[in-house]
Amino acid sequence: MIHYNRFVLDNGLRVLVHEDHSTPMAVVNIMYDVGAKDEDPNKTGFAHLFEHLMFGGSINIPDYDEPLQRAGGENNAYTTNDLTNYYCQLPAQNLETAFWLESDRMLSLAFSEKSLEVQRKVVCEEFKEHYINKPYGDAWHKMRALAYQQHPYRWMTIGKELKHVEDAKIEDVKHFFFKHYRPINAILVVAGNVKTEEVKTLAEKWFGSIESGEKYNRNIPSEPKQTAARLLEVTADVPLDALYKTWHIDSRLEKGYYVADLISEVLGGGTSSRLYQVLVKEKQLFSNIECYHFGTVDKGLFTIEGKLVKGVKMQDAEDAVNEIVSKIQSELISDIELQKVKNKTESVIAFEDMSVMNRANSLAFYELLGDADLMNKELLKYQEITSEEILEYSKQIFDPNNSNTLHYYSKN
Amino acid sequence: MILTTAIRCTTIARTKMLNRKQAPHIYDPVEFVLNLPPCEKFTLDNGVDVYAVNAGEEEVMLAEWVFFAGNSYEEQNILAATTNFLLKNGTKHKTAFAISEHFEFYGAYLNRHCYNETATVSLHCLTKHLSALLPVVAEMFTESIFPEEELAIYKQNQKQRLQVNLKKCDFVANRLIDEYLFGFDHPYGRYTSTEDYDKLQREDILKFYQQYYTQGKCILFVAGKLPEDIKQQLNNVFGKLSFKPATVDAVNIPATPAKEKKYEILNDPNGVQGAIRIARPFPNRRHPDFPKVSVLNNIFGGFFGSRLMSNIREDKGYTYGIHSYLQNHVQSSSWMISTEAGRDVCRATIEEVYKEMEGLRNEIVDQEELDLVRNFMIGTILGDLDGPFQIIARWKNYILNNLTEDYFYNSINVIKTVSAEELQEVAKKYLNPEEFYELLVI
Repeated sequence: MIHYNRFVLDNGLRVLVHEDHSTPMAVVNIMYDVGAKDEDPNKTGFAHLFEHLMFGGSINIPDYDEPLQRAGGENNAYTTNDLTNYYCQLPAQNLETAFWLESDRMLSLAFSEKSLEVQRKVVCEEFKEHYINKPYGDAWHKMRALAYQQHPYRWMTIGKELKHVEDAKIEDVKHFFFKHYRPINAILVVAGNVKTEEVKTLAEKWFGSIESGEKYNRNIPSEPKQTAARLLEVTADVPLDALYKTWHIDSRLEKGYYVADLISEVLGGGTSSRLYQVLVKEKQLFSNIECYHFGTVDKGLFTIEGKLVKGVKMQDAEDAVNEIVSKIQSELISDIELQKVKNKTESVIAFEDMSVMNRANSLAFYELLGDADLMNKELLKYQEITSEEILEYSKQIFDPNNSNTLHYYSKN
Repeated sequence: MILTTAIRCTTIARTKMLNRKQAPHIYDPVEFVLNLPPCEKFTLDNGVDVYAVNAGEEEVMLAEWVFFAGNSYEEQNILAATTNFLLKNGTKHKTAFAISEHFEFYGAYLNRHCYNETATVSLHCLTKHLSALLPVVAEMFTESIFPEEELAIYKQNQKQRLQVNLKKCDFVANRLIDEYLFGFDHPYGRYTSTEDYDKLQREDILKFYQQYYTQGKCILFVAGKLPEDIKQQLNNVFGKLSFKPATVDAVNIPATPAKEKKYEILNDPNGVQGAIRIARPFPNRRHPDFPKVSVLNNIFGGFFGSRLMSNIREDKGYTYGIHSYLQNHVQSSSWMISTEAGRDVCRATIEEVYKEMEGLRNEIVDQEELDLVRNFMIGTILGDLDGPFQIIARWKNYILNNLTEDYFYNSINVIKTVSAEELQEVAKKYLNPEEFYELLVI
């Protein structure tokens, strides 16, 4: 049970405080309700590039990092398709330094041309390092574009292409900032060795006077129901053939999301999972196989991916995957297997909640989803799931017409 | 209504008062008194030492068995790592599947890692499940059988994995730079080829297993919210096994560094980035310069605000990240600079690295920068001491490096007091480009 206090400033900034006096540290986490899915299809990668620019100096403070480091703090940030999150941890005595820094960059950035020029390059190098200069690095670009035809999840957070990042202009930066980085679209979580009253005072002092901004109402196309199987075949300079398969699943707060999460554990959670045991160990068709989803806010993708053992035919590998999938569609999983995946979920949540930083981050995320208290209800939602529901939902999602398949061939 | 108005007024009044250019007062972390939370030590009936940190709010814990079974002890390449990897792939009574299922049923994570001196098995679990899990861990140390079939699957999959990794410039660079520093015959410099996997034999693995696990030296670390009867539980399950009490004796194999200092390798003709590694040999943690150089390293490339990062990423945009660090080796270390940079700016990046070395040799670090780094380092250590797993990790590092808690207090003291002059002195001593190996892999 994670305890917290919640209040809202007049300008609409939501503030959550999670007190934990067992740590000497404080965490300040600000989540903005904007992600790659809010981008213009011709200017993709912008939300993430923007995240970099948030460290390029704000209106009154030339450098974000330096004063924080001087106060003994560390920080980082990340962008997903759904949101952008900034977090820092510092000795609790210096909490106000974080308020000073975070509020100034919510007030306004410095919009430095130099920072934009440099960060365009840095992000291009990040793009190259992870998606161009790595074998199979482009697989997810291709899979997303195949599986989503309307919804902006069809591009990755890093962007569709280098050119979109290279073309970013300072006007785009300003526009994006004043549209999305306003108190009304943000959530502030303060956690650790802090007191709620103290946080209230500091929040009023530093954030209270920032103009509310306009509530951003998202109007993005939803993905139409897929009605026919899709297949893409590519050949690249990689050492091994690989298979990627995805199916559309429910959005984050729908029942199906939780069921799909447990299904992914049954199929791919650990070396006793069905996919690993049958395909890697017994049949030896794959040298590795994974099953996961992305936990996205809107309707997500359930994924199975693996690399084939040299000499194995793609068709045989795919048939074997389909056989495992059809088994979970036709037979109830055993009580022991159900208990196993529920135990795993309990354990995952307990380990995640060990760190104050994770707790702060989760609170912000559930608040973004609509209610921070959802964080304390997650485990129950998993515990209520029955094997019948797993069977029924498997039938629904593993419909071949809901599937997207990428055959990634080695050209050697 | 009235209340709202009042708050608005107050806000306006505060806005006028608020000078956003003025940083709030900070408490300099360098003034903080840091204490290393204690670690309890007890000994099992067979002499095996256990180190325990009982702390934390969540009902979770970690147990880690450290064996002196790292690759320093192998006579054949990759034998130590293979033995470690396959520990959980079958015992006299249980198949690999049954073992995995047992741990996974309880939502536990059983991991193993092979390092240079040590090889470990670690268990993360909910505290309430510990007693159901320990006997199976013990079984892996006494009754593993390393089935031929499991070995064959492992060889095949590891070879495939290696093939994929060899396409990556960073992977290739990491292997080669260690070879230049220590020589291929040294455990720190050795790496694996597909032929090495082919040569693995079950008999050799069994022999290694008997010697270094079943009859080997073991130290146990436990942390988290521990059950009250932790001592009895561990003693009942592990106290009668034929482990030897561990004395931390280093294997001393001399390094044979390469003569040639500069290398350029074309691994992927279509590569759009190059992996750069610049490194020099450096003494281990017991050397008196180590704590000072740790501070200097922070200034040089040890954190986001370092000179390398500020110059090469934040000013020039040549890379997504550049870091320098001292390798955490027991015997002898190295000082390493590591980055992946755009193919067309690799040479320029290397030049800048040398310029930053020159700056540290020729000019004294100014007080403001040094104060910042002191505060940052202390703040980081304070954050690192937060939580039982972090605390035990620090103790483990000291114990395995043959250090005591004095090392902790001495390091803190050096961070707080080392002078700019002393830093320049160690910069002059160690940051000489001609003593560094330089490698670029595209």
